Amino acid sequence: MSLFNIFNIAGSAMAAQSQRLNVVASNLANADSATGPDGKPYQAKQVVFETAPAPGQVGQGVKVSAVVEDTSPMRVVYDPGHPMANEQGYVTMPNVNPVEEMVNMISASRSYQNNVEVLNTSKTLLQRTLTIGQ
Amino acid sequence: MSGRIDEIFQFHQTALNLRAARQELLASNIANADTPNYKARDIDFARALRGALGGDGAQLALNTTAAAHLQGEAGETVMGAPVQYRIPTQPGADGNTVEMDTERTQFADNALRYEASVRFISERGKDVLAALQG
Repeated sequence: MSLFNIFNIAGSAMAAQSQRLNVVASNLANADSATGPDGKPYQAKQVVFETAPAPGQVGQGVKVSAVVEDTSPMRVVYDPGHPMANEQGYVTMPNVNPVEEMVNMISASRSYQNNVEVLNTSKTLLQRTLTIGQ
Repeated sequence: MSGRIDEIFQFHQTALNLRAARQELLASNIANADTPNYKARDIDFARALRGALGGDGAQLALNTTAAAHLQGEAGETVMGAPVQYRIPTQPGADGNTVEMDTERTQFADNALRYEASVRFISERGKDVLAALQG
């Protein structure tokens, strides 16, 4: 039944967008983490979306195929008093770009809302269908 | 008699099934709004309905005279109607052709027409009942 498939499709999109939001939160929270458990500064992460076709149905959901590390260059800050500073007094900081992350956050949140709307509409349609013959 | 009653409902039943299938396609477009290289898809509703009712909308089969000849079927179909790709007015830089304004208006339009079909079926049912009860 097509309308029930919409629940799966919109649900998969909501899951994918919330994972994207999760990654954004992690990036923003660690924007200034000069060191991590491995002794290196935090590296920004990005999600990669991919269609998730289901056999025998035309509608396609979404899945997060991978969470990749951002390869853009690390930020270098001059701060001689910092414990992680090198001999020249420079500290390597995470390559998180707060502007990009904020845009990502807004985009993820809007896409999530869109899919909630889709889900609600489908629910209304199913309820209407159940009233046939009443 | 039951054959006649089937005929009375057949048109709207087919329309309702097609609307539900189209709703699924549109939901899939909205779900994949952020998926790189995803191409928005839709069906030609009028043609699909004609085809599903046994009219002239169905695809003609290609005549093949050798084993190496390709069948003319171009991919996925919904109730016999070919799934087509939308021509974007502003394609995204990542190869995604989902335009949220188009998809959302089509989604709302399709939902409303679905509800209309539901109403038509209910009213038809009442008409038949009135005729039976006198």
